[in-house]
Amino acid sequence: MNLGTRKILDRSFTAVGFGSIAVMGIALLIVLVPIITNGVGSVFFTGTIEHRKMLFNEFGRGNTEELAKENAASEEYRKQIYGMLSAFEAELETMETEKKQDYLSKYGPVKTALQTLIGPLPGEPEAILTRYKYGQTRWGKAEEKLHEFLYETKWDYSNPDAMSKEYFVSRATEFEGTSLVKLFPFVEEHLEDVLRPEFTVYWGFLTDSSVDSHIFGGIWPEIQGTFFLAVGAMLFAFPLGVIAAVYFTEYAREGFFNSILRSANSTLAGVPSIVFGLFGLAFFINTLKVSESKSVLAGSLTLAIMILPTIIRAAEEAILSVPKTYKEASLSLGSTKWNTIMTVILPAALPGIITGGVISLGRAAGETAPIIFTAAVSVGSAIGLADVFSSPTPALSWNIYNLASEHEAAAEIRHVQYGMVLSLVSIVLLLNLSAILLRARISKKLKG
Amino acid sequence: MHMTADAREVSKTASGATATRDIYLPSERKIISGGGTPHVVAKDFSIYYGEFEAVKKVNADILSKYVTAIIGPSGCGKSTYLRAINRMNDLIPSCHTTGALLFDGEDIYGKFTDEVLLRKKIGMVFQKPNPFPKSIFDNIAYGPRLHGINDRKQLSEIVERSLRKAALWDEVSDRLDKNALGLSGGQQQRLCVARTLAVEPEILLLDEPTSALDPKATAKIEDLIQELRGSYTIMIVTHNMQQASRVSDYTMFFYEGVLVEYAPTAQLFTNPKDRMTEDYITGRFS
Repeated sequence: MNLGTRKILDRSFTAVGFGSIAVMGIALLIVLVPIITNGVGSVFFTGTIEHRKMLFNEFGRGNTEELAKENAASEEYRKQIYGMLSAFEAELETMETEKKQDYLSKYGPVKTALQTLIGPLPGEPEAILTRYKYGQTRWGKAEEKLHEFLYETKWDYSNPDAMSKEYFVSRATEFEGTSLVKLFPFVEEHLEDVLRPEFTVYWGFLTDSSVDSHIFGGIWPEIQGTFFLAVGAMLFAFPLGVIAAVYFTEYAREGFFNSILRSANSTLAGVPSIVFGLFGLAFFINTLKVSESKSVLAGSLTLAIMILPTIIRAAEEAILSVPKTYKEASLSLGSTKWNTIMTVILPAALPGIITGGVISLGRAAGETAPIIFTAAVSVGSAIGLADVFSSPTPALSWNIYNLASEHEAAAEIRHVQYGMVLSLVSIVLLLNLSAILLRARISKKLKG
Repeated sequence: MHMTADAREVSKTASGATATRDIYLPSERKIISGGGTPHVVAKDFSIYYGEFEAVKKVNADILSKYVTAIIGPSGCGKSTYLRAINRMNDLIPSCHTTGALLFDGEDIYGKFTDEVLLRKKIGMVFQKPNPFPKSIFDNIAYGPRLHGINDRKQLSEIVERSLRKAALWDEVSDRLDKNALGLSGGQQQRLCVARTLAVEPEILLLDEPTSALDPKATAKIEDLIQELRGSYTIMIVTHNMQQASRVSDYTMFFYEGVLVEYAPTAQLFTNPKDRMTEDYITGRFS
């Protein structure tokens, strides 16, 4: 091969390598940017008076006097709205039956939309679910709902060859000639006076429990559950993994039995996590009966089995990378094998072992499938430390899936999903970062 | 049997009469009182790696408190022989031995020999300096702590004494708490000697202790060996024939696993009995 072709090949290889890294970076950016921007929105947002009322009623937080003042100001405009409604209702009574029926059928959706926007109207029976007791708590959502209040959504099916088209009809035009026609411009103009949007920093999102399955409130039960599950898994898997790694590297003799053990370990590392989940249900809950049904304990054990091969691998590599000379030096001083392992080999291997451990911790925190059948519930409150043996827990990974796919009001609480995703990503990133820092620190200490 | 008459003679004199031994000593070296009894005795001692016989039927007495050098070309079995004495070869699973290797009359490879206790009495310094990634103090105190000394004052005394013996005290006394890996190569190697001395061994095995060091550090280690001569039985494996002639009282020449010649150093280097030895020390092969 001549010099020219070799150089071209070298350069094109560099270009391909650089390109693939760039593509990965861009893909990561495309995924992370919306997660971060929307996730941050769960803590920093423009909150309405409904949000502040909710904080006060559900968690007892907030300044009573100020809230009362605000409420009074808001009430001024609400009264005018309510006045318009009752004026129209009185007008309805004077209409002919046919006309009245026609207006009534249009009036119902208006009332519902208004109720969704600014909260229950006077005279309505008290809602059972918390989500119907308040209006919109976020200004962004309120603007969406305002549009729904002002315009009726209709679908155009006229062209059978094309997809049906969405179009909006102003509700105001439908009530032309009645007293209600004034209501729509009034609400549009004075919505800010009614809902009083204000920039809000809601750290409670991370520390509050959820109200009415995440319609309001925070994600503390999920964060705590994730923490319990991951740490519990580590408590089982880390000591076991390190002991197994010591056995593999220091005690095991090469042979048939040992090679079977090794390949079993490698195979275990490649088993899909859902299989671990089913195994956990069948083995820990149904066979061993570690708990009545789902529990943090069963989930932790399942996660532990799942991350065990990774920990063994990492610890094994770390132990093997300890220079043989340390071992020789220790043994030549009259140290026993056990002592050599405990005082020389494991301390020198510690950075690698810890890195493997923390990365596994991150994986345990992020896994969904193993906990579906063994530990996770979609709605629940934070559990105490004493309940981990018997109670299931909500967890971030599972609830992200659940909120996105199974929640009956999934579209209303996108910000909670993004908040959960961002929290989970941050937790895993933070764990990995701390692993890197810890490793650097210990390595530095070892190098002197 | 490649062993020469002289090697047998040394062996004989070492285990028998003492009167004739001094004639083998180099003139400038002093006879060590209380030394010269056989400390490590090999009887038809062979070492195998699996099927391969790395050391073949060695018969030799190592005399106490003298310095014995082991020379020979690469792969001749000299390191294997040295590492057999404190059973470091146990780390290699395929390694096994036949014949007998006696330390103070006890079989090193005996069924009931405690290799941990044995290694405490037979210390070793390796080719590459291998301090632990701990402080200088902890490196020296590692052995004594293993053997049950935990009193800080007592440990300090041992550390100072060992470092002084290894001629390192003056250089490191003000930074005992610093990591040993921060020392220079030569200092690290002397630290390893001090660490070995701290457990008060009877025999010091040096496996090419200067091969990774520069000439200045090498000279210091050689001086150190002279200092320690007379207090410990020292065996040193070396590639450097000048070094062997400088530091040792006796020299063993191994070739392809066979102990070819074993004689007082001055005699082996000036008047080798075996043709092979002569060829090697004159540099005809290496």
